[in-house]
Amino acid sequence: MEASTHVINVRDLVKKFGDFTANDQLNFHVEKGEIFGFLGANGAGKTTAIKILCGLSLPTSGLVEVAGYNVKTHPEKVKKSIGYMSQKFSLYDDLTVFENIRLFGTIYGLSTPEIKKRSDEMLSRLGITKQRNRLLSTLSLGWKQKLAFSVAVLHRPKIVFLDEPTSGVDPITRRQFWELIYQSANEGITVFVTTHYLDEAEYCNRVTIMVDGKITALDTPSALKAQLECDTMNDVFLKLTRPN
Amino acid sequence: MIDVDSLSKKYGQVPALCDLSFKVRKGELFGVIGPDGAGKSTLFRIILSLLLPDSGKVRVMGLDPVKDYKSIRKIVGYMPGKFSLYEDLSVEENLNFFASVFGTSIEENYHLIKDIYQQIEPFRKRPAGKLSGGMKQKLALSCALIHKPELLVLDEPTTGVDAVSRSEFWAMLHQLKEFGITIIVSTPYMDEASRCDRVALMQKGKILEVATPGEIVNGFQKTLFGVSIGNMYRLILDCRDFEMVETVFPFGEELHLTFKGGGDHSEELREFLKSRGRDEVSIRVIQPGIEDRFMALMGTS
Amino acid sequence: MIVKQLWSFIRKEAMHIFRDKRTLVVLFVMPLAQILIFGYVISTEIKDARIGVLDNARDYSSRQVIDRLVSSGYFMVQDYYSGREQMENALRRGDIQMAVVFAPDFGSSMERPDGAQVQFIADASDANTARILVNYAEGIVAGYEIESTDVTNRRKKPLVVEARMFYNPSLRGVFMSVPGIMAMILILVSAMMTSISITREKEYGSMEVLLISPLQPWQIILGKVAPYVILSLVNAFSILAIGVFVFHVPMSGSYLLLTFVSLLYILLALSLGIFISTVAPNQMVAMFISLFALMLPTILLSGFIYPIENMPVWLQWFSHLMPPRYYISALKDIMFKGAGLFVVWKEVLIMTGFLVAFLFLSIRNFKVRLE
Repeated sequence: MEASTHVINVRDLVKKFGDFTANDQLNFHVEKGEIFGFLGANGAGKTTAIKILCGLSLPTSGLVEVAGYNVKTHPEKVKKSIGYMSQKFSLYDDLTVFENIRLFGTIYGLSTPEIKKRSDEMLSRLGITKQRNRLLSTLSLGWKQKLAFSVAVLHRPKIVFLDEPTSGVDPITRRQFWELIYQSANEGITVFVTTHYLDEAEYCNRVTIMVDGKITALDTPSALKAQLECDTMNDVFLKLTRPN
Repeated sequence: MIDVDSLSKKYGQVPALCDLSFKVRKGELFGVIGPDGAGKSTLFRIILSLLLPDSGKVRVMGLDPVKDYKSIRKIVGYMPGKFSLYEDLSVEENLNFFASVFGTSIEENYHLIKDIYQQIEPFRKRPAGKLSGGMKQKLALSCALIHKPELLVLDEPTTGVDAVSRSEFWAMLHQLKEFGITIIVSTPYMDEASRCDRVALMQKGKILEVATPGEIVNGFQKTLFGVSIGNMYRLILDCRDFEMVETVFPFGEELHLTFKGGGDHSEELREFLKSRGRDEVSIRVIQPGIEDRFMALMGTS
Repeated sequence: MIVKQLWSFIRKEAMHIFRDKRTLVVLFVMPLAQILIFGYVISTEIKDARIGVLDNARDYSSRQVIDRLVSSGYFMVQDYYSGREQMENALRRGDIQMAVVFAPDFGSSMERPDGAQVQFIADASDANTARILVNYAEGIVAGYEIESTDVTNRRKKPLVVEARMFYNPSLRGVFMSVPGIMAMILILVSAMMTSISITREKEYGSMEVLLISPLQPWQIILGKVAPYVILSLVNAFSILAIGVFVFHVPMSGSYLLLTFVSLLYILLALSLGIFISTVAPNQMVAMFISLFALMLPTILLSGFIYPIENMPVWLQWFSHLMPPRYYISALKDIMFKGAGLFVVWKEVLIMTGFLVAFLFLSIRNFKVRLE
């Protein structure tokens, strides 16, 4: 079956809070190794959908499979197969770089020698081996974000969820960050990015745009731009969310 | 309007601003653009008299923020980075409060905020905490404008707000210019630079350049190429291996690439990539943007 | 304009307070709960209280009185003693809750003008119970006295009841807890709530906007504290009312003086709160400083729970630095002894000194800038 390459499979997902429909008949799938952008204005229903995908919230109806597990019946297995990083919280400022790595490695069930091995690898790849025992608070925002992403994929999850990962960093650091993402995707990790910064959308293989709880567009950025005759994803977004 | 001359500021041992100098003209929409930690907020707070500079001179309409802070505070409107309204007060109560604190009333300067406030007026009884990001932003702007300031200082007003609201917000700022209000606004988003009359690019407490958006882009001297193919990551690595390549940055679906010396070696690159088995590569000359220039300036400073 | 600005600030502050329903409930319910707990936890229902009798008279009248006590249902005679020492031991061991001591000539002296002697000695380590026991016993004896003396002799004082509290002569219990709770709640409401509400503005970034505005520092401070003055006064009087009406705590002094002293203490606490807010960078720090630097010392060092005279000398010295100590002491004097200003002037003076010092410190510390 083709479904075997679908790391995320969402069919007829509906989530209601009382009378309010936060997610209305969502249908999409995400391929292995894909960088999938999930866009929408504040309050469009992005957060609700992510919570369901991460097994934190149950769908009202519909089928949601993540990493091959149904989020309704196996939320714990879903959680083990995913990584998560957000702009709001990434790592603990008052722990050292290694202590952070060890903490999250342990949480995801890695053995001590394994954590040591992977963290050495990671730090040398990032070029911050010397900073291993420095407090995280002494690192710049850009380094923190790169480190946070690396920690989120430390346990080699099938999917990593990134919530507005690169807002506010300088353009060079941001590119380094996206190279890390490309690298992980190249190694077969699926990257699911939610953001309302449209320039981040341009880096994704495919993007979906949510408006008022519904998916109004789902395609590659270039296809969307061609289809709506726009130069940037920003214009695509404005056109879709404000049709007049 | 604002005259900053060799301004420096340290927090303890950490330098926040190093030797800044620039001028903002009256009636201008002036953008300060840079990533988090560039020193934008520190700069604004010094201009607003909320922080003291270590050295250098700042004049706001000829007033010294150190000595004449009381006079300066009467003529500025300020929207701090963090959402600074009272979440438990309604839209109307917030506006009334700020009006009376500034010794004025909503009616007196209603013409200034009319266009902005009308959009949130249907929700005037709603607590500010229950507004969407875009509406909060409009309310905060109304509150900062209610006393008809001559200088409006907006610290990252568009951070955390969705694209639609951001675009509306910039449209509002352009309307405000019509009233002759000088506006300085900071943002971490390079793409917003084009909405300003002039911008200062900031990085690590230093100003990289002050110019119009057009001038800044024109300062990019090299020929810029957009390179694209299916698998980005491999492409980046391969391009870096080509000896004539100077910079390679992923830019969405394309790589932005320059060659050493700034010239055109695209055919050689195409051949090189072909030898690596990448046939379907698209290489084209493209127009640089603010971000390209910013990165070029970061590289040289 | 200045007044209008200030007024709108106060109104805004009041709105914050009244919209925060949970905090409001805590602020009003907590003092009442506290005093009820202090009042009732200590007291128990009086039934079959164990008494011991040292009957030096052994006559008809003394037996009558004992009968009356027992038949009331409140008391149960545990033992009869032949000597005072024996009785005191029983009292100390807790075998009995109250001792009844009749003078040797109890019956015959009832006819004498200076009256007969009966003594109730209660174990006042449980102060509330002791007070109630003695009250009941006195009532019963008074009833007997009315029945047994004829009308013509009524003018005389046939029975002299002497009640004595052992081990806790000043009756620390619900009586004592009223001034203590007032001192504690007022510190809490005034100092903690104001310091939190000022630091909240710092944390949310609205303080920057207020600083930029034409508001003067004193307007910001006054606007912040004004609603809490009223809130604190309401709290003080509700505690007092429960004390007086539910627990019959005596209030023999002037209410005007009490209000004045309380207001002074509230202002002192508010200035402390402002001072805390000038040193605390955020709400959490403000709360911790208030709790650990104000609340605990108020409870532990002001003589509210532990008598100051039982503390080590260095702690006694330290307790002089606790503003609540003076408030509690002034309150006790006013409430229990009916003291006037000429008695509590020392406390008033010290509190005024504290107030001026903290106001000076906080105005000096209040920053017109962010650093």
